[in-house]
Amino acid sequence: MSTATRSMPRTIGAHAILLTYTVIALFPVILVIMNSFKSRAGIFGAPLTPPTPKTFDLIGYTTVIGQGDFIHYFQNSLVVTVASLFFVLLFGAMAAFALSEYRFRGNSLMGLYLALGIMIPIRLGTVAILQLMVASELVNTLTALILVYTAQGLPLAVFILSEFMKQVSDDLKNAGRIDGLSEYTIFFRLVLPLVRPSMATVAVFTMIPIWNDLWFPLILAPSEETKTVTLGAQLFLGQFVTNWNAILAALSLAIMPVLILYVIFSRQLIRGITSGAVK
Amino acid sequence: MGSLNIENVKKAFGPVEVLKGINLEVNDGEFVVFVGPSGCGKSTLLRVIAGLEDSTSGRVVIDGADVSATPPAKRGIAMVFQTYALYPHLTVKNNMGLGLRQAGTPAPEIERRIGIASSMLSLEPYLGRRPAELSGGQRQRVAIGRAVVREPKLFLFDEPLSNLDAALRVNTRLEIAQLHRRLKATMIYVTHDQVEAMTLADKIVVLNAGKIEQIGGPMELYNSPANEFVAGFIGSPKMNFVDGARLGETAKTIGVRPEHLTVDPKSGAWKGTVVHAEHLGADTNLYLDCEKAGLITVRIFGVYDAEPGATLYATPDPAKTYRFGADGKVLK
Repeated sequence: MSTATRSMPRTIGAHAILLTYTVIALFPVILVIMNSFKSRAGIFGAPLTPPTPKTFDLIGYTTVIGQGDFIHYFQNSLVVTVASLFFVLLFGAMAAFALSEYRFRGNSLMGLYLALGIMIPIRLGTVAILQLMVASELVNTLTALILVYTAQGLPLAVFILSEFMKQVSDDLKNAGRIDGLSEYTIFFRLVLPLVRPSMATVAVFTMIPIWNDLWFPLILAPSEETKTVTLGAQLFLGQFVTNWNAILAALSLAIMPVLILYVIFSRQLIRGITSGAVK
Repeated sequence: MGSLNIENVKKAFGPVEVLKGINLEVNDGEFVVFVGPSGCGKSTLLRVIAGLEDSTSGRVVIDGADVSATPPAKRGIAMVFQTYALYPHLTVKNNMGLGLRQAGTPAPEIERRIGIASSMLSLEPYLGRRPAELSGGQRQRVAIGRAVVREPKLFLFDEPLSNLDAALRVNTRLEIAQLHRRLKATMIYVTHDQVEAMTLADKIVVLNAGKIEQIGGPMELYNSPANEFVAGFIGSPKMNFVDGARLGETAKTIGVRPEHLTVDPKSGAWKGTVVHAEHLGADTNLYLDCEKAGLITVRIFGVYDAEPGATLYATPDPAKTYRFGADGKVLK
């Protein structure tokens, strides 16, 4: 390491910037979790103090669990997120493999077309999507959400994964071909394990917007049966009265699953980097 | 049971013609080395033989059967790659056995063949390990073992020693030579290193810019190169080429190998100044800047003391001087 990057003022400066950013990023999250454990009076009386024995109250959580069908909403969110993630990763990786591995006419044009979706927000097509879902009788089903989120996640997945797939050794794939492996086996058994770190990156990028989305559940699947957590939390958000305890508790609970998924994928990220591959 | 015929094979990537009509015959049991500078098409030719690339036109015939449209796994070949290309998630044993399992070979037979190959390559202690737990030389031996267990008609080696360090390269080269002697199999070996070509080959194919320049045994190529390219490519250090006009010769270029020049401090054909001297112990390479011949290399066997700046006379051996015409071909 060079002396310049080790110098004291630089280290302090870098840490100061990073710490400031961490505080700014974490502040709202901590505020939400902190206040979710307080009584209504506690929240409004002193919103910035942690819960004290006097203000500590689980009323928010009991409301959330007691009222509405929150376990069911959680289940819906989880089904939609995991299923969309699965399809985005599967189809994204397959398309990326085809684009990076095979020479065919229109290859780069096809790649460009698939990447176009990164630049055009899918929400612009909401009306058309709604009409499509109505026509195919998919309104108020989780399938509708899964289809939309898969389409939303694919462009970035194809873009990132095809870059990584190009780096997988040609020799390895050719060795598989000489040993008589099918193209599918080469893809699933040889290439996919080697691009696992990039799959984890894509998974994280794809998962969080899906979990947090309010737009499409509100439009495509607002029924009680298919409500997701973010939509369910709106229940407590009234025009005149808002149940802050319940909202904060619901949001705190909603952070958990996505946090767990993130931890799983980030471990994959590190493990992928350290595993031995070709050389 | 392991002959190969290549008939007028051409390969183009878009407008770029990489192979411009290759004709080659390899007999059963031969060790053939493709050698040439990078970009000459030698690896592409090997890939066409393996079936990893389709040729644009021409036929590849293995053992009398046209395999131009046969997938790689069905051609009866095995290939060893420069980057080893071992399956990272499989143990050494499974790496070697995968091809046979795919082909539906019974398990006891696979066991038997892995046993033979691993004892031949002293890989027995490592059978349970994964590639990540092996050194570079061991990995390349596993890759060779993976080829051996398939008992192919044709072994293909794609620069297998390029990723190994110098000492290991010599050892592995020796192992490949012994393997060829034991299996008596047909082997095709691609390298850019002419030392590997000279030491291993029964027959060397020198390629340049998608064409075969010359085919012959190592000594044949060394002693009677067909043209300037082969003369310059085979032999190390490289042959000296001198403009014929400067020497008052009729030939366009005069070629003389560094080892076919003698030096004397007092008199000789070409007067020159020592630019640099490389002392290798067994021999000494002198770089001389000659008045008539330009910069030439002289290889002297044994130790020879020469300071840079000293004046020396170099004299070529007239019996071992090559004369090339304007088209680069040797003049008889």
